[in-house]
Amino acid sequence: MSALNRHILQSQPSAARRWEAAAVWLFRSATYVILLCGALVFGTIVFKGSKTVFTTTAPFINVAFFTEAPESLYVFEYQGQKREMGDREFRAFKAQHPDASNVKSESYVYSAGGIFPCIVGTVLLVLGSMFIALTLGVSAAVYLSEYATQGRVVTAIRLAILNLAGVPSIVFGLFGLGLFVIYLDWNVSLIAGWFTLALMVLPVVITASEESLKSVPKGFREGSLALGATKWQTIRKNVLPYALPGILTSSILGIARVAGETAPIMFTAAYVVRDKLPWEGLTSVSDFFFQGVMALPYHIYVVSSKIPQNEYTERVQYGTAFVFLMIVATIATSSILLRNKLRNRYKW
Amino acid sequence: MDIKTSFNSSSSGRSIPVTSSPVGPTLIDIDHVDFYYGASQALHDINLKIEEKKVTAFIGPSGCGKSTLLRCLNRMNDLIDGTRVAKGQIKIRGINIYDPSVDVIELRKRVGMVFQKSNPFPKSIYENITYGLRLQGRSNKSDLDAVVEKSLRGAALWDEVKDRLHTSGLGLSGGQQQRLCIARAIAVEPEVILMDEPCSALDPIATVKVEELIQELRTKFTIVIVTHNMQQAARCSDKTAFFYMGKLIEFADTRAIFMNPANAQTEAYVSGRFG
Repeated sequence: MSALNRHILQSQPSAARRWEAAAVWLFRSATYVILLCGALVFGTIVFKGSKTVFTTTAPFINVAFFTEAPESLYVFEYQGQKREMGDREFRAFKAQHPDASNVKSESYVYSAGGIFPCIVGTVLLVLGSMFIALTLGVSAAVYLSEYATQGRVVTAIRLAILNLAGVPSIVFGLFGLGLFVIYLDWNVSLIAGWFTLALMVLPVVITASEESLKSVPKGFREGSLALGATKWQTIRKNVLPYALPGILTSSILGIARVAGETAPIMFTAAYVVRDKLPWEGLTSVSDFFFQGVMALPYHIYVVSSKIPQNEYTERVQYGTAFVFLMIVATIATSSILLRNKLRNRYKW
Repeated sequence: MDIKTSFNSSSSGRSIPVTSSPVGPTLIDIDHVDFYYGASQALHDINLKIEEKKVTAFIGPSGCGKSTLLRCLNRMNDLIDGTRVAKGQIKIRGINIYDPSVDVIELRKRVGMVFQKSNPFPKSIYENITYGLRLQGRSNKSDLDAVVEKSLRGAALWDEVKDRLHTSGLGLSGGQQQRLCIARAIAVEPEVILMDEPCSALDPIATVKVEELIQELRTKFTIVIVTHNMQQAARCSDKTAFFYMGKLIEFADTRAIFMNPANAQTEAYVSGRFG
């Protein structure tokens, strides 16, 4: 009956149709698997991290976690009650309650206090490396795409830059250690970290800048040059402003990604722990650049693998990861907002 | 194509120069020029004199070298790697513009250019016009205002845009954009304006406006125009040069080229038998 009832436009079973259905099914499930993985990673961090970052009482945000330095956590039993206190609080408590001075306590490093110095360190690292990478990268891109005679040499340079993007981050870390920390004798310092991170992000900045410069119509350059502008006047007034949205977005995203790397800063800029904040105890301006800092990714690494694991370390691990994720998300979002704003200003 | 042809025929004869033009003083002397893109020769022994305050048209089929020669006149070809004038000289007021002592910036201030594809900058109309002046360091507001009005009037655009000088130049129609580019070029008061197929992307009405504008500009500027459109050359130019395969085939008064060409190839081209 089926054969008779079919009209000519009705679907006929065939191999092509079955493959079509299978292909759609495959692509769809691949997408969902990716979505699931992402949701799991984000979900875990957000779920576990928010236990540290948010509180159930008044300000609902664990202010201390954002504003204090890490300290050891002391867990002890006092008058039949189990108590958890940070280092300073514990000492004050003992001073107040003389009978507690000899109480048996267990201590867990870095499990109390907050991560303020790490946030500060990461922000400083990001800003400094962004400045260096943009300056060097945009200059190089302008030279490569606007000034240099296109030929084998420029192609070779481009290839080298692309290869740089494939170099593992630990190699950048070792390079930074060898060149900046040891050879230039900058020690483990902000400036060594800036240059190491900047080198790492340079391929992204240069490639993105070249692409953005290329997308500016040739007519703008010719029109400007034909009016008697020098090449640099043309680039500065009539090419770079239009390329800027693209350059900034890609570069900031690249830097946000690199800022999450632990390997390049672990030998060059990051301290496991440091009492002073970067602006404290400076005797000269140069001290600021030649000091090591704490940083979020390195802190996560330390609290996840360098200290004994227990129920208390998880709090700081996920709390730090959550905060870090939020910072990166903020940078990425603001770069996109910035692009949209600039793009609306210059449209063609 | 049909539209354009019928349009042109309906208005033919409108402005073919009636009197044969007397020989004026030479402004640009192209003296036996050979030009190469890398290894391939684009111009062969070009030799022609462009007269002051005249409209000179370069015509010829695609790839004949007319645009290349035009772009030699303000050294825009310098932007392309591997190009060179291998032989001969191009002299403007007796100065060889390819001489090492010549500053290409100064040259381009004197020899302005309007491109095939209108290229207003994504800035306001006002900023487009003042771009070239600001490059020269002129920033006096009333001075700039005066130049903007004068240039826009000169480009027959003032009445259309005077109320929106500070809106984007890209908001204009195609023909207005091209006239804006002309206004931008004349704002820096060049001696010569090079036009590289200025109407090829315009509709017939906008084309008429630009052609009428060329008629006005010829009193103040020396104009060299490259065109694909023979009727356009016939309508707006005083002298016409016909190029073919990188060679100058014939150069004469426009009337002579179209009415009574000396060369058989020229005749074949202007009568539409090839190209």
